[in-house]
Amino acid sequence: MKTFVGIDLGSTTTKAVLMDEDERILGRGITNSRSNYDTACRVAQQEAAVDARFTLFRREFGAEDGSAKEVEDFLAGLERAFRLEQFLEQLDDLEETCIRQVRGARFEKNADGVKTALGEVFNRLRGEAAAMFAPGATRKSDFFRDIAGSKYLGHAEDVARDAGLGYDLLLNVYDKSIIAVENRPPKGELSDKFKRALKRVTEQGIGLAGEMQNQVEMALDIELEETYLVGTGYGRVTLPFSKEHIRSEILCHGLGAHMMYPKTRTVLDIGGQDTKGIQVDEHGIVENFQMNDRCAAGCGRYLGYIADEMNMGLHELGPLAMKSEKPARINSTCTVFAGAELRDRLALGEAREDILAGLHRAIILRAISIISRSGGVTDQFTFTGGVAKNEAAVRELKKLVFENYGEVKINIDPESIYTGALGGAEFARRAAQGRMEGVDA
Amino acid sequence: MRPSVLKAQPADVLKDASMIKQKEMMANHYNRLTDAKENGHKVASTFVPGNLNELIMCFDLVNNLPEVNAIQSGLRKQSGAYIMEAERAGHSEDVCTYVKSDIGMMMKGNIGPNGKKLPDPDVLLLSYTGCFTFLKWFELLREQYKCPTIFLQTPYMADGKVTPNMVQYMVKQLKEDVIPTLEKVSGVKFDIDRLREYLAKSAKAEDDLVYILQSGKNKPSPIDAYFGGIYYIGPIFGAFRGTDDAIDYYRFLREEVDQRIAKGLGPVTPDGPMGDEKFRLVVEGPPNYTSFRQFWKMFYDEGAVVVASSYTKVGGTYDYGFRHDPDRPLETLAEYCLGVYTNRSLPMRIDMLCDYINEYEADGLLINSIKSCNSFSAGQLLIMREVEKRTGKPAAFIETDLVDPRYFSGANVKNRLESYFQMVEQKRSGRGAAA
Repeated sequence: MKTFVGIDLGSTTTKAVLMDEDERILGRGITNSRSNYDTACRVAQQEAAVDARFTLFRREFGAEDGSAKEVEDFLAGLERAFRLEQFLEQLDDLEETCIRQVRGARFEKNADGVKTALGEVFNRLRGEAAAMFAPGATRKSDFFRDIAGSKYLGHAEDVARDAGLGYDLLLNVYDKSIIAVENRPPKGELSDKFKRALKRVTEQGIGLAGEMQNQVEMALDIELEETYLVGTGYGRVTLPFSKEHIRSEILCHGLGAHMMYPKTRTVLDIGGQDTKGIQVDEHGIVENFQMNDRCAAGCGRYLGYIADEMNMGLHELGPLAMKSEKPARINSTCTVFAGAELRDRLALGEAREDILAGLHRAIILRAISIISRSGGVTDQFTFTGGVAKNEAAVRELKKLVFENYGEVKINIDPESIYTGALGGAEFARRAAQGRMEGVDA
Repeated sequence: MRPSVLKAQPADVLKDASMIKQKEMMANHYNRLTDAKENGHKVASTFVPGNLNELIMCFDLVNNLPEVNAIQSGLRKQSGAYIMEAERAGHSEDVCTYVKSDIGMMMKGNIGPNGKKLPDPDVLLLSYTGCFTFLKWFELLREQYKCPTIFLQTPYMADGKVTPNMVQYMVKQLKEDVIPTLEKVSGVKFDIDRLREYLAKSAKAEDDLVYILQSGKNKPSPIDAYFGGIYYIGPIFGAFRGTDDAIDYYRFLREEVDQRIAKGLGPVTPDGPMGDEKFRLVVEGPPNYTSFRQFWKMFYDEGAVVVASSYTKVGGTYDYGFRHDPDRPLETLAEYCLGVYTNRSLPMRIDMLCDYINEYEADGLLINSIKSCNSFSAGQLLIMREVEKRTGKPAAFIETDLVDPRYFSGANVKNRLESYFQMVEQKRSGRGAAA
């Protein structure tokens, strides 16, 4: 079947959306951009293809609305099994790569010891893998580096101690290997992994696996032909896309927001390193836009620094800030000074949640100023980007929009991080149809 | 000493011959300036908007323009270090970067673009007061050089017109203060007929300049009225207005432009002749000089040509009819100072930009807002909204700086420009699709 791909190469994450000829989303994929857009692009696209398979399964089962519980249970099981297969495959790659790194003067005396230790670490990792992807298991992140990294470091410390080896030796090989592994898109055919996953599910006897095998296999046989691809986002120029395959993220976000909420007239996108205020007309065509200049103050990256500084996960910031009843007054959203500001406040005895609440307010104040420069907020207002997932940011935004513009319908889609990629996919679909609105470069 | 002029013939040379000729003229001027003391000439420092070059020449003074020096430093990638030098000396990050580049250059030996030391001025002639920073700038220079300072106050055109009172007020200052002080500094007696002669020459060159700038109305436009425009305005805004050199240069340039019109050609870019004209823009605000070529490339790579700009009017709004008039020598100088773009009120600037969009059949307005220029950048967002509303054409806003390389973010500017061009394109085709 014909598919249309939109890829949004953001500074932090790379997103892909796969669309069919009827303007329906087949799949979404996301990965960390890892300063290697080429790989990020391939991984995100592959992830979207994986997601698309699940959509196709649902279509085969006539259960696209998620109404059939047994189908959903089965698919959830299949997805976990698939992710596990994928994880194990990358783990094998990481092990092989680590072993290859055991060379040179540093390992002269104890190369064999290190290799044995690595074998033990990876055995333990493999042993735990199934539990990590068991029903109900939560993972801090879906990116291989994050999942494998923290577990590896934990086991390596124990194994090194027991073997009387320096922990730094195991750290060293890991550090050298993880980047290489991360920068290699997972190898192997997707359908093979699906078949292995299916086998696993069947063995576990979950749901209707046996009866549905044929339907799943039929869905797996549908070829996803990449008919047209449009790239957008900061990394777009670094890719070997020809000019007609590149769209500005302003246009893609405008169109993506329009597709999610056709009554959208104002879009706010807070991404990793830029904040965009966009005005669109009733066709999703951009009327005006403003964005921050080269300073990334108050963008997603700022929250990232704050999270690092507080030794917290990025997604933990919002919930903590929500606990505040007395937000601190913070005016600076300078990313460079974020750490200093934070330490100052902590030293003054202010509560972490109050500081965080203040920081979230400061970010949104800055965003509101950018929107006002683009022409203000007109009903309906759609908030997109990674920061739209942060409840504390959303709370402040709602407050400030109400204070400045009165009652406005604010749309936030749970999948809003894919807005740019969605717009890109639609541009791709239109381009393939020879429709040129905004695609004819 | 008269500058030697490259006698290039339009037929024999490449299309950008005028640019080579212009560079040669500027180089000659810098030599004249750095050799001034040796040749017994005195030097007047003054600013581009509202400069009184014809009057300065009446006293055999050589004209030194600190802003142009800063631009030269920017183009030569030296301004960054100069600015940091000035900041080390205590000038704030928010201060105009022309000023800091100039002060930094002074602190590092005041070496001009020709590698020789620029002379200390004998007089500071502040003939335009629409930019408050100019006052402060000259206060700093006065502190440094301890030379006489002349302050010609130009009333701001707040009500959108020049009144007889304004002109009389300025003529009075010229008669009672400016001219007597220049006589005293230079030791040369003022001769009004000499002024008339220069003014007549100015007007001749101005006719050709207007013809050239208005050639942007052609499709395709034979000129880029912003990036190319910087070259075109150099002589007339600087030390050449009122000279035969300027007359020659603009006649030469006019012939070059005519040839391009006849052949249906677009402007010449640093990378050769411009490709197809896809976007016709009106630009408000000065350019960035530290990444001038990179900035320009972002336009011509996308087929965008600037058909009219307000920046090429900061040294005079000749296309609105003003010409230096030898029959009213002092009044015409006053009217010239009053009429420059930067002395025009916000509503007048809006009218002008709307006129340009309509008359030059532009696709939209682009504002390059200068971070460190408080007087020029103030109100630009309002200007943008109003022009959009009146013309129905899309506008965009980018931010760079004059000569501070730290404020030019290539990726960011390119991103915005591409978004803007695509937005214009989308609106064009979307209009068809929506109908």
